[in-house]
Amino acid sequence: MKLLVVEDDREAAAFLIKGLRESGFTVDHAADGTQGLVMATGGTYDAMVVDRMLPGVDGLAIVAALRAGEDQTPVLILSALDAVDDRVRGLKAGGDDYLTKPYAFSELLARLEALTRRRSAPQATTRLRVGELEIDLLARSVTRRGREIDLLPREFRLLEVLARHAGHVVTRTMLLEQVWDYHFDPQTNVIDVHVSRLRQKIDKGFPKPMLHTVRGAGYCLKSGD
Amino acid sequence: MIELLKTSTFRLALAYFGLFAASVVAGLALIYWQTVVYADQQTDETIDAEITGLAEQYRQRGLTGLIEVIADRSDPERGSVMLYLLTDAQQRPLAGNLTKWPDVTVDPDGWMRFRLDASRPGEPRHVAQATSFLLAGGYQLLVGRDLSERSQFTHRIVMALGWSGALTVLLGLVSGLVLSRRVLARIETINRASDKVMAGEFGRRIPVRGTGDEFDRLATNLNAMLDRIERLMEGIRQVSDNIAHDLRTPLGRLRSRLEMALREQPDQQGPHHGALVAAIDDADQLLQTFAALLQIAEAEAGTIRTDMSLVDLPSLLGGLVDFYEPVAEEKSITLSADLPRGPAEIRGNRHLLSRAFSNLIENALKYTPEGGHATVSLEINGARAKVIVADDGPGVPEEARDRVFDRFVRLEASRTSEGKGLGLSLVRAVARLHGGTVQLTDNLERPETPGLKAIIELPLASAAPPALRKSGMAPANTAVLDTVAAAK
Repeated sequence: MKLLVVEDDREAAAFLIKGLRESGFTVDHAADGTQGLVMATGGTYDAMVVDRMLPGVDGLAIVAALRAGEDQTPVLILSALDAVDDRVRGLKAGGDDYLTKPYAFSELLARLEALTRRRSAPQATTRLRVGELEIDLLARSVTRRGREIDLLPREFRLLEVLARHAGHVVTRTMLLEQVWDYHFDPQTNVIDVHVSRLRQKIDKGFPKPMLHTVRGAGYCLKSGD
Repeated sequence: MIELLKTSTFRLALAYFGLFAASVVAGLALIYWQTVVYADQQTDETIDAEITGLAEQYRQRGLTGLIEVIADRSDPERGSVMLYLLTDAQQRPLAGNLTKWPDVTVDPDGWMRFRLDASRPGEPRHVAQATSFLLAGGYQLLVGRDLSERSQFTHRIVMALGWSGALTVLLGLVSGLVLSRRVLARIETINRASDKVMAGEFGRRIPVRGTGDEFDRLATNLNAMLDRIERLMEGIRQVSDNIAHDLRTPLGRLRSRLEMALREQPDQQGPHHGALVAAIDDADQLLQTFAALLQIAEAEAGTIRTDMSLVDLPSLLGGLVDFYEPVAEEKSITLSADLPRGPAEIRGNRHLLSRAFSNLIENALKYTPEGGHATVSLEINGARAKVIVADDGPGVPEEARDRVFDRFVRLEASRTSEGKGLGLSLVRAVARLHGGTVQLTDNLERPETPGLKAIIELPLASAAPPALRKSGMAPANTAVLDTVAAAK
């Protein structure tokens, strides 16, 4: 996996690149907007991490230039701007995801992995299968080993998001955004409660648990094979 | 009008008027005294002089002479107001213009007061005053004066005094009212302007007329004070915003270093693993506080305007209740929603509204005891929507209800639990951004734990929030209007 990181803050870039390389990515670095634009449009990358506020060319302008050239490389926008408007603008400009600085590296990693997977996994599917678990998106029914599991609508949506990222970490914030479309930090452990309810329903009575908690990061639905 | 009577200017005017009226009454009394009493004295003196004259005639010319003089003087042709009557010992009239001796007693001063028969029909009976003398031989002489002219004079004086008194009272009252109304109007202008300032329009100033009078000086001074307050507030806001903003970068860097160090610990088993995790948690707490502060500042400054769209309150609130329902169940709290069917849209920012309402629901869940109830309801009242989040918790004492909306204010009772005291500040900032208000009241009539009811009132989409009416956002506004048109 080859990544481009466009980030002008030298120290932040160093942390990010070090973390990404340790996680198995090949990383190129552009230290300003102009260089970022040249590298982004000239090279082939599996995903890009672009800081929004850059000297030279603005981060959003780089994304817009890519999209104008029909380049659909997934882009994660990083920004110090936390306003709700900024997120909307970032996504409108063609960004695939938006993360506010400062961020947890595990959060960025989980989102970046989700972005690189997105291209290979077609979205227009009606059935999802994770190991013993089968999810029918049209009938909104779930079976495990052929046994019907009765889920509330919100539990179904939660399972669907986890299943789309099966085998990978999904952070609490990603669940909050993708299941409920909320962009705030709940002060209670509400996500954990939802997940543990879902776990009760899909794992109880089966020898192997499928829904795992990844400490310090989030949750992961695994086939258990 | 009643308000006017309560003002201090009116009371002052009334006091001045009272003083003024008292002096007018004193003056009028003096005039009355001077004229009426003087006129009475004049009557007495005239009668005395007449008697002296007649006594002289009697001494010189005897009874016959007296009769002649009396007859002459009481001739109706002369039109005199003097009364005469001379009688013999049997009180048979001998001369004079009275037909019979008046049947009245004599007062200690020797005066007789009696009424005269009307000389012409329809005329009121006249009042007369007289004195009498006993002459040698039992003859009696009465000399008096018809007082009708004088009583008319007195009447006129009293009337004049009465009218001028009444006019004085009327003028005094009217000028008092007019004066206090004028003063009141100027003071009201000042009051209205300061009310607006207190309601959050910090740029509002008191109009100065330019006449340089004391009200202008007051207005100028108050305006200078408001300028200063605004500058100070702006300064404080900028400082706290800058702190929040500038500290975020180094804090973020600190967090990254800690996270990298943690990743280098083999299998989460390294010697410093626990300390690193705790330090990252602390950093996250600080970052969250700064993020919340910045968000409040942003909402208060009203800079979030572009992402305003139609938000359906029942579905937003229903979603939040559904989201928090499992948390409530964990605590054995019944969280219920009482929402109207059908849409009730407001124009607003969905994310900020979700955040504000979630703060209220989280508060309710935090303070409601096990087995208690929390309710989220929506009431539509004309053009306004009322979102009510109610709980059975300990409530907020009345004297603290304003204070809890300020940043970092937490009540003693809640010190032990988590939270930073920013939740309600954000709720208020978001409510104001949407042209609404937020208010806290008791939920139950129970003295110990009255519960809390947070009421957010917001204008429905038909009435645009003030944030949208401001200039400088025409494109977004047009887009919103187009959406409305399309929705219709």
